Amino acid sequence: MAVTRGFTGRPRRGGDNRLPPGQYNTGDGWPTLTAELTPQIDVDEWTVTVDGLVDNPTTWDWRGIHALPGDAYFGDIHCVTTWSKFDTTFSGVSVDALLEVAGVRPEATHVFATSTTGYTTNLPLADVTGGKAWIVWDFDGKPLTPEHGGPVRLLVPHLYFWKSAKWITRIELRDHDEQGFWERNGYHDRGDPWLEQRYQGDA
Amino acid sequence: MSAGGTAEPVASAWTTGVVREVEHLGASFVKLRLEVADRHDHVPGQHYVVRLRAPDGYTAQRSYSIASDPADPLVELMVECLPRGEVSGFLHDVAQVGDELEVRGPIGRWFVWGGTTPSLCVAGGSGVVPFVSMLRYARRTGTEPLLRIVASAQTRDRLPYVDELEAYGALIALTRENQLMPDGSERVAAHIYPDELVPQTDGIERAYVCGSVGFVSFVGRILGEAGVRSDIVRVEQFGPTG
Repeated sequence: MAVTRGFTGRPRRGGDNRLPPGQYNTGDGWPTLTAELTPQIDVDEWTVTVDGLVDNPTTWDWRGIHALPGDAYFGDIHCVTTWSKFDTTFSGVSVDALLEVAGVRPEATHVFATSTTGYTTNLPLADVTGGKAWIVWDFDGKPLTPEHGGPVRLLVPHLYFWKSAKWITRIELRDHDEQGFWERNGYHDRGDPWLEQRYQGDA
Repeated sequence: MSAGGTAEPVASAWTTGVVREVEHLGASFVKLRLEVADRHDHVPGQHYVVRLRAPDGYTAQRSYSIASDPADPLVELMVECLPRGEVSGFLHDVAQVGDELEVRGPIGRWFVWGGTTPSLCVAGGSGVVPFVSMLRYARRTGTEPLLRIVASAQTRDRLPYVDELEAYGALIALTRENQLMPDGSERVAAHIYPDELVPQTDGIERAYVCGSVGFVSFVGRILGEAGVRSDIVRVEQFGPTG
């Protein structure tokens, strides 16, 4: 495509290879993107369930999930609206830990994540296993705020952030892929920021 | 949340938008009207992505809601100029008639109004832009009774399309200027009063709220107190959290 007349853009720092194509560094900011009103969830009423193609469908409450081995993510996050945020720290548990308890059946190929609001998103199983996805409740050592998905959200930082469902309450294992909320509404099924898979139709 | 809007295809390819009209509205807003090649009709509420390309290949892209009616031969964007805004600053200060921009759209099938659902739209500041597309569509198709609009801003100058909104019958709520209201009363500057918003919710089957994070939270609370179920509220919000 042609150069835009008169556009030079922000100063580029040399070798800033942490920024996927088309993204900018939002610095200390953390914009939010939601399609629905932010729910106020009482941690005493919150639960998360792993079910579907598993041997032991399991539900954890707030105390139960804290009893699992803790884990943390330190690194970058990328939103399809083009901001990236560097060096974030999220704490919670690895999705692997939940799946180990539930016992994934061999025929499972995808997960379908659901929020308390009814928001959904679909992910290949391989994108939430092997230390690539977490259930988190802390951001930079503080409780995750409601507008950022608190008390508990899914975190899949190697994909665009709409895959990291806020207010997570259910992860269903499936043997097929089915589009979630934004995927039905025009966004990409996988959402790899390094491949710039933003919208349906992107490679 | 149920399945989203219409089955309009998402434009899967970047195309060219030639700037045909530029109009600055004060220091804060610039209206751009683009002739889009290989254009797909939009549904009111959708947005376009605008991508700028530097000589070294560096690109920056941002999303902007469409203000125009789908029947408009041009696509109209109203861009708020943000402090140090990389794209909005360029569009405000540099873009001129004849420039070619890379654009992609229309995008988004959730925050859309197809002209059949009785709806209330509540906007904060530049959040009014998608509702302008909806009201223009409603006017053209004679579906105004199905679409109510409430728009809030600090001052009249900070509310794009304020005259058009007023002519449509939208409720304007200014937070830093007192107003003479259509019924002759004086409205004391404030955020939307609950007793202004509640009557607007009568009979609605959907509410759209577009604005900053704080604004959306504020309006969501009033709607909830008015008995509007949260699952009929569709949200588009922008800007950082506090």
